[in-house]
Order: sequence, then C-alpha cells, then structure tokens
Amino acid sequence: MSSDFNVKRPGLELLSSQGLRLDGRRPNELRRIQCKLGVFTQPDGSAYIEQGNTKVLAAVYGPHQAAKSKSLQDSVVINCQYSMATFSTGERKKRPRGGRKSEAISMQLTQAITTAIKKELYPRSQIDVYLEVLQADGGAYSASVNAATLALIDAGIPMKAYLCSCTASIAWKDGKPEPLVDVSHVEESAGGSVLTVSSLPSINSVAWVDMSQRLHADYLSVVMKRAMQGCRDIEVILDKAVREHLGESWTMSDDAVAI
Amino acid sequence: MWTTKTFLTKTKRGNIIKIVREHYLRDDLLCGSAACNTCPHKDDEFVLDGKPESICSLYSYPHYLILDTNVVLHQIDVLEEDALSNVIILQTVLEEVKHQNTAIYQRLLEIIANKKRKFYSFVNEHHKDTYIERNPGEKQNDRNDRAIRKAAAWYETHLSINSVVGQFPKIVLLTDDENNRKIAQEEGIVCCSIKDYVENVTGFIGLLDKLSKNVAPEACSKDALYPAHLTPAQIHEGIRGGKLHQGTFRASRDNFLEGTAVINGFEKPILLQGHSGINRAVDGDSIAVEIFPEEEWRRPMDIVLEDKADDDPGDQLEEEAVLLKNTKPVEKGDDEITPTGRVVGIIRRKWRQYCGILMKSKFPGATRHLFVPAEKRIPRVRIETRQSDVLASQRILVALDSWPRNSRYPLGHFVRALGKIGDKNAENEVILLEHDVPHARFSEAVLACLPPNDWTIPEEEIKKRVDLRSECICSVDPPGCTDIDDALHAKALPGNTEDGLKRYEVGVHIADVTHFVRPNTALDKEAANRSTTVYLVGRRIDMVPDLLSSNLCSLRGGEERLAFSCVWEVDENANILHTKFHKSVIKSAAAMTYEEAQIAIDDKSRNDAIVSSLRILNALAKKLNRKRLDNGALSLSSPEIRFQIDSETHDPVEVQAKKILDTNSMVEEFMLLANISVAQRLAAEFPQCALLRRHPAPPPANFHTFLKAAKQQGFDLDVSTNKAFSKSLDAAVIPGRPFFNTLLRIMATRCMQQAQYFSSGSKTVEEYYHYGLACPIYTHFTSPIRRYADVIVHRLLAASIGCDVTHATLLDTKVANSVCDNLNYRHRQAQYAGRASVTMNTHILFNKRVEVELASVLAVKRNAVHVLIPKYGLEGPLYLPSDKFTYNEEEHIQTCGDIVLKTFDELTVRLSLDSSNLQHRKLVFELVKPHIPGFSVDIMEVEDSKAETEKDQKKRKEETPAKSSKKSKKK
Repeated sequence: MSSDFNVKRPGLELLSSQGLRLDGRRPNELRRIQCKLGVFTQPDGSAYIEQGNTKVLAAVYGPHQAAKSKSLQDSVVINCQYSMATFSTGERKKRPRGGRKSEAISMQLTQAITTAIKKELYPRSQIDVYLEVLQADGGAYSASVNAATLALIDAGIPMKAYLCSCTASIAWKDGKPEPLVDVSHVEESAGGSVLTVSSLPSINSVAWVDMSQRLHADYLSVVMKRAMQGCRDIEVILDKAVREHLGESWTMSDDAVAI
Repeated sequence: MWTTKTFLTKTKRGNIIKIVREHYLRDDLLCGSAACNTCPHKDDEFVLDGKPESICSLYSYPHYLILDTNVVLHQIDVLEEDALSNVIILQTVLEEVKHQNTAIYQRLLEIIANKKRKFYSFVNEHHKDTYIERNPGEKQNDRNDRAIRKAAAWYETHLSINSVVGQFPKIVLLTDDENNRKIAQEEGIVCCSIKDYVENVTGFIGLLDKLSKNVAPEACSKDALYPAHLTPAQIHEGIRGGKLHQGTFRASRDNFLEGTAVINGFEKPILLQGHSGINRAVDGDSIAVEIFPEEEWRRPMDIVLEDKADDDPGDQLEEEAVLLKNTKPVEKGDDEITPTGRVVGIIRRKWRQYCGILMKSKFPGATRHLFVPAEKRIPRVRIETRQSDVLASQRILVALDSWPRNSRYPLGHFVRALGKIGDKNAENEVILLEHDVPHARFSEAVLACLPPNDWTIPEEEIKKRVDLRSECICSVDPPGCTDIDDALHAKALPGNTEDGLKRYEVGVHIADVTHFVRPNTALDKEAANRSTTVYLVGRRIDMVPDLLSSNLCSLRGGEERLAFSCVWEVDENANILHTKFHKSVIKSAAAMTYEEAQIAIDDKSRNDAIVSSLRILNALAKKLNRKRLDNGALSLSSPEIRFQIDSETHDPVEVQAKKILDTNSMVEEFMLLANISVAQRLAAEFPQCALLRRHPAPPPANFHTFLKAAKQQGFDLDVSTNKAFSKSLDAAVIPGRPFFNTLLRIMATRCMQQAQYFSSGSKTVEEYYHYGLACPIYTHFTSPIRRYADVIVHRLLAASIGCDVTHATLLDTKVANSVCDNLNYRHRQAQYAGRASVTMNTHILFNKRVEVELASVLAVKRNAVHVLIPKYGLEGPLYLPSDKFTYNEEEHIQTCGDIVLKTFDELTVRLSLDSSNLQHRKLVFELVKPHIPGFSVDIMEVEDSKAETEKDQKKRKEETPAKSSKKSKKK
C-alpha cells in the first residue's frame, strides 16, 4: 500500500504531530546544559560540560614555550587533541585516540579555537588543549568547542569573544521544513544532514562551519539561522557559568557544583 | 522558553548495548479542554467542549472519553463514524498504534486533524504530572496501561481545579482489557468496554455494525479448526535459525485451497496447500513459512476450485482430501514440482477493506451473514449486521477484524454501502476501490492552486519563451480526446548536409503542465499521489483537475498554449544532427484524429502546409520505425477493444477490436524519439536522480510454455536476445491464418516483465536498458497531463536547460525512489482497473446476447482451455469435463477420442453471460466446433437464439468513443 506516500520522508519522524521532538523538546530548544570551570588543579585551565547526555572534559596547558620546530614568530601555536573514551558510545570504542576521525576533529577544533584566541599576544608560544569525550550523544564536536572555550577562559587566555558551537538539522512537519537545534544522537542518526556552526556571537562572526551531508540550498539559510540562534543561547549559558565561577572564592570548594 | 525540568529514562535494549536517552518533561503542555481553568490556552487551542453532550445512556453526565490502545486498533471504523466526539488520545496510545499498525495510525491522525470531530491528542509522556517510569519487572504493556490510567486520573483532578462540583466534565476510560478495567475501578476511574458503550449509544443507527468482533486468543484451542500460529518470538527465533522463512502470501485466484509465498533464496515460489497449509493467511499477508523436506514437495494443482458453500456451513472444514486428491506427490525429476510448505505464523497482516456483496443467511432474522469479496483471492468473511435486508442488494465495503482458530471464516464488520448491485456507478466505485485508485473530488486546497478559468498567457511569459506561434504545428490523437498533450511540426530546411542529404526540422511540443503544477503545492501532492490518469470505459479519473487537463494544458487547435518543445534537425534518413530543448508558446493549426490525418496524407489533391508537414513526418517515422526494428525492438500485440456506447443509457451497445493506422505509429515514433532524447539529456545531467524507465529482459523461464506451444505448431523461436526473438516472430507465419502471428505476439507479450520507473541513482547504467524498445535508455516525457512521471521529467529537464530552479525534493535520491515506487504501483493498478472496467462492460454487453464466434486457444489447463475471441479481444476459460477429455501434462494437450485440443488451435465457440452469481458474472464459452457429441452445443439451436436476440436489439446508436485510450503511446 502506498496511501501514506505523502508523509513518507526519509528516516523516522523527528517531529510528532504535536510539534515535539523525540525527547520532548521543541524544535528551537537546546538540551539541558550544565557546566563547571576549574575542575582540575594540575592544568592551567579546565572545564566540564554536559549537553544533555553528551559529556566532555577539557584541559588547557599553557601558554608555554613552543617546540622549536613548530614555533611561530608572531603568533601562538594551538595544539589540540580530541579523544573519545572507550566507554563513550553504545559500543565500546577500540581506539580512544589517534584514529582518523579523532585526528580530523582535532584539526577542526584547532582551526576554530585559533580564530577565537588573540594569537598575537603570545609569539613563539604554544597552548595545548586536551578534550576528552566521556559520553557521546550527538554534537560531541560542539560540546568540545564549548568546553574548550570555558577551559581557555579558566586558564586566563585572552579571547576575542565567546566561541560557541551548536548543531542544527532539519525535520518536516506537515510537509514544511522545520529546523531542529542542538541535534541529539538519535536525530543525527535518523539520516538528515547536520550543520555544525562554531561562531563568536557577540562579534557576529563565524569561526567554522561543517555539514555532514548534502542539504538543498533552499533550506540552508533556515538551518543556519537556527544554528546561529543556538550559538547565541549557548553564549548566555556559558557567560552565566563564567560569572558564577568568578563570583565564587578563587579557592575551590566542594559545593561549587550547581549553576 | 525552554524547560530543563528533569531528565529521565534509561532504556536497555538488545543484549550488549545500553542506550540512554534523554526524556524532557514539560510544564507547558495544554489539556485542550474548554472547561479547564488552569492551562494558559489561547482561544484557538481548545479542542474539547466545555460541556460535552453525552450520547451514551450509561453515562448521562457530560464526559470525555479516553481510549485504550486496543480500542483504537480494533475499532477504528467506529471512531471514524461521526458519533463519538470529545475524545482524548494519549501519546502513549498514539505511539503504540503507530508501532503496531501504520495504516490505522494514519487514519487516527486524520480523525485528530478533523476539527469537527473534537479529538485531542494529549502528550502525556512529556507532561510532568502524567509521566511515569517503568517499575522494575513491570511489562511494557502494563506500564502503558498504568500511564493511561494515570493520565485519566490527572484529567479528572485537573478539570476539577477551580471548578464548581458537578460543573466540569468527567472522564470515561474505554478499554477492552478486563484486568485494566478492574484496576481502574479500584483507582476510582470510570471505565467501560467499547462494546457496552457503543451498544448504549443513542441516535446513531448502524454504529453497532461497525463494531469489530473480539478475538479469541491464539492459545485457546477449544473447537480449533486450524493449527495455532507461532508467537512472534518463536517466529523470530525460527527465521534467525533458518528453520522458517519470511514471505508474502499470494492466494491463488483459481483455487481457494492453494497459495504461494515468494521467499528469498528460492527460485520458485513456495507452494502452500489446504486449510492447514494456508492456515488463515489472507492474500498479501507477511507470513512465516516452514518448508517441507524434499520428498513431500508437490506440484501446483491445475484445477479450478471455488469455495462453493452458498450458506454459512458453520465452523467445519470440508473434506480436503476430496478436493486435493490430485496432489499426490509425483516422481522426482518432474520440472513442475515445487517446494512445498505450510504457514506457521503471521508476521504482519496486510488487511485492507474489501468490496463485495452480502450472502444473506438462510434463516430469517439472523444477524450473522457471509460476505463474498469481489476479489477472488480473499476468503469469505463472516459479519454481523441487522441491516441485512437492505444490504443484500448492495455492493458493500467490509473490514476484516480477526481470524480465530475456531472459525471457518475470518470475522469482519460492515463499513459502508457503495450502491445497488449492477448500478454502473456502484460497479465503477468497486473497481476504483479494489484497485486503490484515488478518485475523490479534488479538494478545495487543490483547486485553489489553479489559475482562473479565463487565464490567458501573460506577455512577460511569452517574452521568456521561444515564440513558435507562426510554425505550422498540429496534433494527432484518437477521436474524442480532450487531453491533448502532444503536437508535432516538420519542415524542410534549406541546404544539404555534408553527405548531400536533405535536412529537416522536426519538433515535438508537449503541454507545459509544470508551469501550472508547481512543486510542493497541494495540487502537486495530489497529482503525485494519483500518479496517473485512469481510463475506465466511459469515465476518466483525472490526475490534474479538468481545467488543466482538458483546457489550459490541452494543445487545442487554434489556441495559444504553453509548451515544452524538443526540436531536432534531422537528415532525410532520420539521423539526428542536432537536438535542442526549450520552453515555447505554440498555436496548434489543427487538432486531428488519426483517421483525419491519414485521409489528409493519402489525399493527393491536398498540398497545404499541414499536409506537407504530415507527409514529412510520416516518411521520417517509417524510417525511424525501420531502424528501431532493425535494432531489435519487439513489435508486440495485445488485444485491445473499444466499445460503442449508447448515448442515453451509457451502456455499451457494440464492441470491436481497435484499428491501427499509419498515423498511430507516426505519432508514436516521434514520441519515442522525444522520450529517448530527453532521457539521454537527463541521465547526463542528473546521474543520481533522473527519472527513467527501464524494461528488464524477461527471464528464460517465462518463455517455457510459450516455446513448447509454438513448437507444436512447427516453429522454433529464438528468445536469446530481443533481436533474435523479433526476427523469429516475424518469420513465424502460417499462410492462410493471418491471425496466428498476432496471436503469437499476444502470447509473447504475456511472457514479458513489466516496464518500470526508476531513479538513475538506484541502478547501474547497464540496467537502464529497455528490452521492448531495444534502446539503452528511455523515459516518459510526452504526456505530463496524464502521467506524473512526465511532470518530474519536465522539471528536471527545465532545470537542466536553466528555465526553472531545482528544489530539494527533486534532487533527493530517496524521495526520487519513493516517487518511483508509487508511480509503478499506481501505473499497474490503473492498468488493472482499466481491464476490470472492460470486463464489466463486456458483461453488460452480453447480458442478453448469445453469439457464435471463432476463437483461438491461448493455453491448455487440466480442466479447461483458455480461449481468445479475436473479434472482440475477449478471453476466458472453456471448461472441459474430465469424463470426456484426457489431459496430457507433458505436452499440454487435451484429447477426446480423435479430437486433440492444443494451444493456437482454432475453435468455434458460443458466447453467453452467466449471471447466476451476481458478484462474479462471467462469460460462458461453449464449444461448437469441433463437434463432440454430448458436449458441444448444437449450432442450430444457437442460430435460433441468435436470431431472437437480434430482434431485441434496438437500432444502433451513434458511435461515441468509449475511452480516449492512448495505449498505443504507452510503451
């Protein structure tokens, strides 16, 4: 039978007839974000972020003297290492770091972070950013960028603005396109194209954009808009976390957990 | 505004992976009731009445209904009636329904979308007060029942907040689960079974008939007639272990105790025989099959067997042994022996609603009756109704509910009446419903997409296009055709080619439907769903509304129309030198019929522009045709007939086989050429998503019987390639029997596979081949008024030449594939519907007639020969009694004394209509010649009856075209 031909769209229905997503969010709602700065004492800066079930730890070392081979005369070298814990996904990962995918994401993170840092302040230096994904439930790259931003701030490294990242995808409701913000793993794997944007919302510039697969040009602008709005929403949350962290006494206390 | 109130839920699935999903609970979900004082509704968000009127005498106070999942699944027909309103559909229920049956889910969504019905879907699973977590050890079903009760209790208290006691609506929970009812009562929730509720509804007659019958559980073995089905878990295990196989059940049309299942990995379909072998599977069901060891394999029965019981025999099975006596296992090596098995379980029912008639119970006043579906593959159905007197003379629609083990027939319920038996509209309705042809009137939303009635081409549109209004363009179509979608022109060009050949310009102009049917509009969606115009005898079900199909898009003579043109420069040997595509404005000089065009070409005295253009076209077409045939294109044949229709009663008065003129093939050749040119262009431009049409080569097994039969007539046909086949068909001529070759071609057609639409990304380039036309690539471009495939092709072509923008769904491979699936399905159904309509009209025609005609044998069966009457294109079985004839299985011949009947033999038969069974009126063929004493009918007696019927016949009415069929172009 093909009577339901008109409603047949690729993948599963991401939006219910009542306009809710699979996990109960509306299309424009972010997942619950919880974050914390200064989670470690050893590194110069560190942060932990939870975006729904996606959990990322970030640690920043530096700026310190760059290795001779890498050092640049007029700017700082960013060294980024992204890895996923073996237990971060449903099936256990074989190679936590050094895999092709991790390498690629490390490169992408380096690019995004480099644009946000005031590089010229630290010639011949190097900053190391280590990211560890503890649980991946969609948008691990975005969460990593956000965690890195917090960790850099915790390390006291000057940035041009908050670097925020957010994903967006597209779903259909009554045959009309409806962009979804902050895509979860289920929505990601449902097959649609996922747009990832890293931007500096307060100075209105985009640091880095990626698209997982082809998306028709007609829809690009709406999805982009939604992702940018997501970035702005995230900036508010990050800003609040930073201010709360600074408001606390500089010493770490046990109850400095909640936002 | 977003709440991150709490996140919960962990689901464990499978044995290794643990999946954790977020589940957000909200406080901004509305209850949808006008009686609510707390939710922040906006005015248009109230769905449920503040003071709903009760229609059930059990509960006189105002109340809302909450339904359990099984109520929705089983009683969707009751819900679709306008009776019940103010119903709350919980998300728990919605999701369970969606999971279990998508068809019912769609119907439920439609009810919810209908504002008048006042069905509110409440998202209880994401509401902070109604969400519950599954307790350890609790079954998912029990948890869902609990969630439903929780929501019911919540509504009760929620509505009471800030309300005066007794002033707010109560909640009544409808559930058929006794256990659930018991617990609900303990919790203080008012509840009742749907049966009790509906039985006490006042003011809606017939609602009770729609009530679905309840099901005895599979495990119950009391009075069981059939073996129990395996549970889903057992089936799953069996399939995984390779013991069982999944397949789709296809019932035999001829024998109600036989069916087959197509299973991956088996070349032949699996044979299923007898009541226990079929075990309650209904045609189309997805089933689990157990295959017997090879010693027990059998061959399909060659007999025609009908369920003969003319009254409900009660719950007992006939003696199968008697019916199946012919099926003793045969010795090995017989190539007709087929893997045999039995149905052990049903994976998914594919039941739909069936048309048919009621067979009234012999006992007066009885409420249980048998229903006989029109489709022979479907078993009879037992239904309960109190309106049997009215319904007995009607065509009715019935839904299947269940088939318990202890019931001889499946149980169903009455859905609606379609009209009186024999009434033409009712019969047409049956044909359309049975073939799933969407035929409702176009909705307001669709009509709103149309241009105004007096639309003319705006100036700026003309500027954008190539102006061909001065060209001498004409169209050639069957008589009475109102949807003219193609026109042609041809003229000689000055100068010669390098080889010294004359040059011509030839143009094919196709109605520019996509100018009006814009993507993603309601009009577009409706057209996509319909996919094709369906031609019944005397009725046409349009794909696009009449204004477009017979006016604005129809290239009528003397009117300016928008067109999409394909213009070639060719040399006099019909070689293409140059091709271009563009949108254009044309003004057709004449809309001709095939006959008119033929006369004009033949008339030596005429020499005007139209005629000279036609002559060029005709000459070129012959060369094109020659080339095509040399390439190996098959020229096949199928008996096509047309009716002459009485202008007043719209009953057919005469039937004749169609004539084919030169001009038919002239138009056809250029359409093929245009289609091929467009296909080449699209495949190059859109390697992933071009819509093309392919025709796979038939597997050699298809030719088996055909070749055997041809050999008996002394012809060895070569079917290795289409070229060889075409050649040997041409050579197979018996002097003095001109029809023999045609007959051969008709039978060859039946060995072919169906051509199909596909998206270029889904097949390799070699698979694009069109076997029948012998061309490497093909598509449909020339009939956008009546085929949606052409609409897509137009859009793609327009995008490729920069006339139009692409849109997302056009380029999406997945969408393209699903469009193709639907196109192929609708296309096939439309063909079947057309044939069914022809059959129906034949029956009307032969209602009071008896004729003696020449016939040819198409096939020889165990108890009948299949005959075709060339004059009318009619065919059917001529039953042979087994006491007179003996059947030779090896050679496929029937012998009686020294008379031998074999395929291709010519007989004389008498034709009449058997109306004893109103549902399946059928033509009866009786043998006249060769004469067999005691079996053949006497010719004298025939002559008499013929003379009588001719007297009855009124004077012949003027000829009206029965259907503006364009089958000649449908290749």
